[in-house]
Amino acid sequence: MSTIPKGPRPKHLTVGRIGLYCFIIMCALFFLMPLYVMIITSLKDMDEIRAANILNLPKELSFYAWPKAWSQACTGFVCEGLKPGFFNSIKITVPSVIVSVALSALNGYALAFWRFKGAYFFFGLCMFGAFIPYQVMVYPLLKIEDFLGIYSSLPGIILVHTIFGMPILTLIFRNFYSSLPIDLFKAARIDGGNFIKIFFYVIIPMSTPITIVAVILQVTGIWNDFLLGLVFAGRDNQPMTVQLNNIVQVDYGVAEYNVDMSATILTSLVPLFVYFISGRWFVRGIAAGAIKG
Amino acid sequence: MPFYRNIAAKIALLPMIVISLTVFVGCIIYSFVYSLTNSKLVPVMNYVGFDQYERLFKQRKWDVAVENIFIYGFVFTIGCLIIGFLLSVLIDQKIRGESLFRTIFLYPYAMSFVVTGLVWKWVLNPTFGLENSMHMWGMTWFELDWLVNRDLAIYAVCIAAVWQGAGFVMVLMLAGLRGIDEDIWKSLSIEGVAKWKSYIFVILPMLRPMVVTAIVLIAAGVVKVYDLILALTSGGPGYATTTPAMYVMENFFSRANLGQAFAASIIMFISVVCILAPWAFYEFYLRNKYANN
Repeated sequence: MSTIPKGPRPKHLTVGRIGLYCFIIMCALFFLMPLYVMIITSLKDMDEIRAANILNLPKELSFYAWPKAWSQACTGFVCEGLKPGFFNSIKITVPSVIVSVALSALNGYALAFWRFKGAYFFFGLCMFGAFIPYQVMVYPLLKIEDFLGIYSSLPGIILVHTIFGMPILTLIFRNFYSSLPIDLFKAARIDGGNFIKIFFYVIIPMSTPITIVAVILQVTGIWNDFLLGLVFAGRDNQPMTVQLNNIVQVDYGVAEYNVDMSATILTSLVPLFVYFISGRWFVRGIAAGAIKG
Repeated sequence: MPFYRNIAAKIALLPMIVISLTVFVGCIIYSFVYSLTNSKLVPVMNYVGFDQYERLFKQRKWDVAVENIFIYGFVFTIGCLIIGFLLSVLIDQKIRGESLFRTIFLYPYAMSFVVTGLVWKWVLNPTFGLENSMHMWGMTWFELDWLVNRDLAIYAVCIAAVWQGAGFVMVLMLAGLRGIDEDIWKSLSIEGVAKWKSYIFVILPMLRPMVVTAIVLIAAGVVKVYDLILALTSGGPGYATTTPAMYVMENFFSRANLGQAFAASIIMFISVVCILAPWAFYEFYLRNKYANN
């Protein structure tokens, strides 16, 4: 996939091209508007929010909402802000990403080079799992985790993220490994490499690009998850998205929109950061996830 | 082939096999079996036939949920496709600042559904939101009370969802557009076909695999929609924007009506299969058949 436009840039601005730019800029403004509103609302005080236009820049910058959203806003009976949620999300995301990416890389490797009879049947089954609505699996899975004694705990939520991340990750790793030259693998076999040796000494060193893609997919996916965190993480490990929803939806007294918006920005900072620094890689992740096996 | 041959690969794939069988297959069977019982707070094996399904189809709330998911599915899918395709065509015009525009159109996709819901909830706030801005600018006739309007609230959900998802379609389509052979463009321009006509009648049909992939991925996501609506409208006003996923979650976790929840989740599952089956049949069966001939 080449994303570089072909041919020279048009030199002259025609009426059509001016129209084109006007239109695309309007589209861009529409897409940016919610982000803009989020940021300026978080910098206003409540009096100004009540009195003024939602699209106006703040007359006076007020930073009061940010620390409040971070460490004082109330979720139910606890008033600790989003901070615990942030650390919970990290505690959930880091191990989930490592476990699911490692396992899926191994799966992809086995499927691409060590195919055995029936392997693709189970792979198909696994891919089918990517499309099943969570609601069908949530309750039985909860029962399984309860049986294993990890329901409502950190290992519980990590396992769930590993399970639901596996289909798509296995697919992209398998596709990547299948595109590697098979001769490489054959040469390694002749040199006496076994399953584990080839994986560690030949395959892993070549997996950097696809691993980056997989990590980006998983970090944003897991950080943004709400439903699974709500059900499986338990009260003590609620991720940031769940706490954000609690802060905004559960109002005690007057709704503070500036605090709500600061909290919303804080929650999306990590995925946005990943998105902005990763650039092309993020796009590659989407394309990789969309290509069918 | 002896069982122990290639044993390392079999061991490596064991987690995937176990998860596919217990979670993806097992959970569906579990849900189906218990949807035939009158379980309330805990799952009990008390067979009542298809009672739960009969009761489900009589629920006014379920009707609303199904109607909503059709509206949402239709508007969201079509909206994403049209806007996504339009944006990809705009970006394909060798414009300046291409990567900036692409970044702007795709950033909502990196954010959580909860964040999207909460931002739009604030932007569409009937008292302080965009309606108020328009009034302040003298357009007093302007009405944007969608979030509190029973008939329009679901369209507010659609706007938020399209805002988030259009960039995804754009990326897929753009990858397709960049793969179009330059010669096709040359011959089209020699034939003197207007550019917009070429895009709609020549290029779009060539992008059919991209369009199909986009539709399948979007449609599979439609059935799952939960956090977005929870954050944006909480299913309200009343239960005007409730969806099957919300119906299931409510019956599981707040109404302690497990049998209903299982039945509803099985219906969700069946509808996903109905969406996927023709596509999977085409992708994996017909295509292989033609590829082999």
